Amino acid sequence: MTFRKYLVLAGITVFSTAGDSLLARGMKDLGGVSLHNVSGLLLAILNPWVTAGILLLLAYFASYASALSWADLTYVLPATSLGYVLVALVAHFSFHEAISPARWLGIVLIATGVGFVAAGPSQTPARQPKLPADAVSQEAKP
Amino acid sequence: MSEAYAWIAIALITLAATTGNVLLAYAMKRVGDVGELWKSRGLLAVVARVLTTPTFFLGVLAMAVAFYSLLFGLSWGNLSLVVPASASLTFVANALAAHIFLHEHVGRRRWIAAILVAAGVLLMAA
Repeated sequence: MTFRKYLVLAGITVFSTAGDSLLARGMKDLGGVSLHNVSGLLLAILNPWVTAGILLLLAYFASYASALSWADLTYVLPATSLGYVLVALVAHFSFHEAISPARWLGIVLIATGVGFVAAGPSQTPARQPKLPADAVSQEAKP
Repeated sequence: MSEAYAWIAIALITLAATTGNVLLAYAMKRVGDVGELWKSRGLLAVVARVLTTPTFFLGVLAMAVAFYSLLFGLSWGNLSLVVPASASLTFVANALAAHIFLHEHVGRRRWIAAILVAAGVLLMAA
């Protein structure tokens, strides 16, 4: 794992968080969308918040896809959850929003989970002839 | 009634998102390390290689289904139920699917992580 690869993982977190936030902001303007009103869903793209959100989510998708080209899905995916932590911490330290004990616990669990995976190998070793004993010994190593 | 709709949306989102993730991961592994390909052959080669990988489009299609299910779910159901429930379930479903379909080595470390993250995401919504 090089510094550049960690940057790509950070990009996944930041772009998805910002994109989702903008999208949620835009959908609030539109109110309820139902099956009887599918055109409303298509027109959602015209809302500037939704447009900006989609652009950021495209950037997220590019970083996500490129990360998947050199790392396992089960390695990359936990990193995407850091966005929840990011939003909560920004809200707490910039906007002085209170964080409930349950949310602090959530932050700790997510961070622990991501740290757990990040500390391990990023990719399943190349598919050599399968040796069950091999897999076991790798699992045992920290 | 809206509760039932919300859970239908949650199931749809989880299924579609997991399918999309697995197909995309499969496609990108076939493309190979994008960073190295870019360095040696240029960005156009990367784009061309990605766009000629059929599973990439299947993955994008599944993700689009997940995205629109989420939009529906958000308007039908409670925001504080649909988003955390589907996100949380997706982490566990993905670990399972990556193990079964991608033959990724999902060891104890990654299982624990998937469960910790899923629980953490649920708590964040509390």
